[in-house]
Amino acid sequence: MRKPALSTLVWIGLCLITLVLAQYGKTWSKSLDIGWIIKYPSWWVIPIKDNISNGMKWLIEDARIGSVFFIDITRSISWLIEQPYLLVKGFLSVGLLDGVGRNATQILPPLSWIVVISGISALGHYAKDWKLAVLVGSCFLYLSVFGQWDSAMITLASVIIAVPLGAIGGLLLGITAYKHPRFDRLLVPVLDLMQTIPIFAYLVPILFMFGFGAVSALVATIIYAMPPMVRITTLALRNVPPEICDFGVMAGCTERQMTWKILVPSASQSLMLGVNQVIMLSLNMVIIASMIGAGGLGFDVLAALRRLDIGGGFEAGIAIVVLAIAIDRLSQAIARKNTNTHREHQDASWLKQHPRSVIIIVILLVTFFIGQLLPFLQTWPEAWTLTTGTIWNDTIKYLNINHFDQFEAVKIFFLTYLLLPLKRFFLGLPWPWSIAMLIALGWRIGGWKLALLNGALSVLILVTGMWTKAMITVYLCGAAVVVSSAIGIPIGIWAALNTKVGRVVGVVIDTLQTLPSFVYLIPVVMLFRIGDFTAMVAIVLYALTPAVRYASHGIRNIKPELIEAGIVSGCTPRQLLIRIRLPLALPEILLGINQTIMLALSMVVITALVGTRDLGQEVYIALTKADTGRGIVAGLAIAFIAIIADRTISASAKHVRQRFGMEAAHG
Amino acid sequence: MRRAVFNLDEEAQIVSTSGCENKQMTNAPVKPLPKISCKNIWKLYGAKASSLLDNGKKPDLETLRKSGVIGAVRDVNIDIMEGEIFVIMGLSGSGKSTLVRCLSRLVEPTAGEMQFDGIDLLKASSSEMIEIRRRKMGMVFQQFALLPHLSVLQNVAFPLDIQGVSKKNAIDRALDVIELVGLKGRENYYPRELSGGQQQRVGIARSLAVEPELWFLDEPFSALDPLIRREMQDEFLRLQQLLQKTIVFITHDFDEALRLADRIAIMKDGEIIQVATPENLLLNPATDYVAEFTRHVPRDKVLTVGSIMSQMTHASGNPVRNNARIADIARSVLTANHPLPVIDENCKIVGSIGKNAVLDVLTTNGDMR
Repeated sequence: MRKPALSTLVWIGLCLITLVLAQYGKTWSKSLDIGWIIKYPSWWVIPIKDNISNGMKWLIEDARIGSVFFIDITRSISWLIEQPYLLVKGFLSVGLLDGVGRNATQILPPLSWIVVISGISALGHYAKDWKLAVLVGSCFLYLSVFGQWDSAMITLASVIIAVPLGAIGGLLLGITAYKHPRFDRLLVPVLDLMQTIPIFAYLVPILFMFGFGAVSALVATIIYAMPPMVRITTLALRNVPPEICDFGVMAGCTERQMTWKILVPSASQSLMLGVNQVIMLSLNMVIIASMIGAGGLGFDVLAALRRLDIGGGFEAGIAIVVLAIAIDRLSQAIARKNTNTHREHQDASWLKQHPRSVIIIVILLVTFFIGQLLPFLQTWPEAWTLTTGTIWNDTIKYLNINHFDQFEAVKIFFLTYLLLPLKRFFLGLPWPWSIAMLIALGWRIGGWKLALLNGALSVLILVTGMWTKAMITVYLCGAAVVVSSAIGIPIGIWAALNTKVGRVVGVVIDTLQTLPSFVYLIPVVMLFRIGDFTAMVAIVLYALTPAVRYASHGIRNIKPELIEAGIVSGCTPRQLLIRIRLPLALPEILLGINQTIMLALSMVVITALVGTRDLGQEVYIALTKADTGRGIVAGLAIAFIAIIADRTISASAKHVRQRFGMEAAHG
Repeated sequence: MRRAVFNLDEEAQIVSTSGCENKQMTNAPVKPLPKISCKNIWKLYGAKASSLLDNGKKPDLETLRKSGVIGAVRDVNIDIMEGEIFVIMGLSGSGKSTLVRCLSRLVEPTAGEMQFDGIDLLKASSSEMIEIRRRKMGMVFQQFALLPHLSVLQNVAFPLDIQGVSKKNAIDRALDVIELVGLKGRENYYPRELSGGQQQRVGIARSLAVEPELWFLDEPFSALDPLIRREMQDEFLRLQQLLQKTIVFITHDFDEALRLADRIAIMKDGEIIQVATPENLLLNPATDYVAEFTRHVPRDKVLTVGSIMSQMTHASGNPVRNNARIADIARSVLTANHPLPVIDENCKIVGSIGKNAVLDVLTTNGDMR
């Protein structure tokens, strides 16, 4: 134990030095002619990105396994994935075609809107009840009424292909990791990295390997959506009761029987929740990946943003929201559905046991044949399509004309009092001092291991020449995290203390969480145009949810005895909050902030679309220039920032929990 | 409460006094062969576990503690006879669950030897073990360990299914055992639709589906309510009457052990302290630890006439059997004016029992201190 008084003094001193350095470091370094201390000189940069780019070039052009070129292998995989995709897309959107391009003739029309809507409603009814059936049915009806059907079906087709591949791949990897602990130890850091590197960064090599178009988007989606499935699988298998495993052995199961007849079925409930995760992440990624040629709703939004077509962007954005809500509710209901109840009439005929399937088949046949005569049964007629585009346009116009000053005032307030000072602070700090402080902080919170990790990762960011851009990223995310916490934590606490508020907040948070990150950009850009403030607001909106959720969870999970003890001691409600609830919920709140940082960093790349100058922009530029090395290095830099933040905060949360005796101290 | 639990019920009595061929005799004339026998079984957990046992060393608790090794099972020697109910009794952490897992090789013993049906069990390859477990062993688990996604019928048929038994035969056999445990009509239910007692009946049926020769029951009734537990114990005794399996039964409940066992092994800190019949355990506890368990037991429900009778054979009146429990004959002895003759299974008079002997048992009954 260090003496608290002395160490506190030291830390206060260090903070003061940091502030002073940030303020005057630039001028001092200029007068002393040591400018390199602020701006890392470009001739010291190790050209890692060029090496990566060259490596990629070699891989694409020269690498071969035996006599087969590497690129041919990836392109055949690409072809394999494309076939089922084309089939599903054909069913949902364009119909089954013969030939390509203009010469294509339709052999079979796509499923009519009536069939898809009744099919999805039937699925809702099967999964839960009539309420869910109506909800998902009306979501899909919305898509056709408001003219988003075709794009939405393309998006849906991508999800339908990506999900089984991601889920099965994740399941197999997870099973392997469960059986071979050594593989598990290898896999975990890879998964950590995969989840923190922004997707754009690995989009470029994927484009090279799999070609421009829908398949690359699918591959990126699968890579992005797989890690949580892997984690959930290993966790679920480990949580199978040991007695069930013992039973499997005693029944004389072989290895394979053990896996497929005992472990996987016993863990199926948790595995289904993993599949739900895969679905939501796939949807998120499919939207983003439509930028590289998958088409669909994401592409519509992007196109509208580029045209500054506010109404169009909003409509497509809402369509994404609607689709996301429908898919999420449906997959959650299926995951929670308990099929394990006995049926009274085992021997009823197939027709009687499957009323929904029968109805859908009847509708399918009826609409197919009558649809040849009455085309509106086949495709929703354009004349019936409603559009809300003008309403949105007018609203934004109205807001911008009548409330421009208010919006501008808010923007300027945040810029002057939060964003600019923070930016000046981070850019003004000499990098040797920043790295030293990171190491000191790591040592203080997590011992020498964390100090070493912080040091190594920050030096890596430095020597690849990413330091300035990394600091802009840190400043932007930092500002967003401060605002998110300032808004989110009080809301979370309020929601925990007041049941009514809690219910409303719960629904809002659940919905916000299902929305693809892309959606958040749309309204903000409309109101604040482009720039750092816009980016910050978008990040705040996206990253708010964990701050609220964890704060409320932390407050709610405090043992009731402790609250009662407080009341019996005569605490006022205010004292109860400040003296008991907040300190005890601190570890949870810290974890919430940690999650907020992670989400903020993952949103950074997306906000590159509104003109930031951080690592996200670097990644985005690399994508448009197809520069593998540049994208990967910038992506890794973001991942390193994420890892430093995550390890440091997790360690301090653990620290607090140990002090409160909620977790055993190691040793 | 204790009284209520221990009140003799009819079925248990039928088991203990039914006729001359009764195998529960304490002094059985022909000693059957051991079905499974283990010599010097050790199971140690910790980094230096195996080196501590090199060259047949037998480290004591203190040595183990100093080397940071946990001795879950220490130097266990037991022979379990064909057709007997062998109960391993111990408090939680005494190593009884580890021991039964060593016997089935769910846990690999650190050292020792085990013979099962003349096979050296610890030398059996993993494929031989799969075969042995499939055909010769059955196990019932404390938390039932039913597969949640299968119906009762599918659960019971599961062990047959993975052996590759044809579907029809598997279902026929499963239906038979389901009927045997009294769950007929519930074949298509799923485990979560059943009560705890019913779930354990499924567990029992499942373990019996393959007609095992050696039947492990790992605290099968501990997760059940006291009333259900009692009902299940009766059910278990009824099944054993029919099936005559070799049984290793784990429990932490001394009363349960007394009720069910032919022989009881008391375990503490991984060691077996005493192996004896319930009656012998009461009469000659090996250590204070064992005596502590026996102190609160109603002795008249466990002791038999044979253990307290006098050798004098000249007595008159209605004879009593030497393997009858004191509780059952107390009234007739106490109301008679003279000692009653005691007969053995061949109806030969072997001694007599008088009021004083019975009163001795009754007055030291339960907790008298």
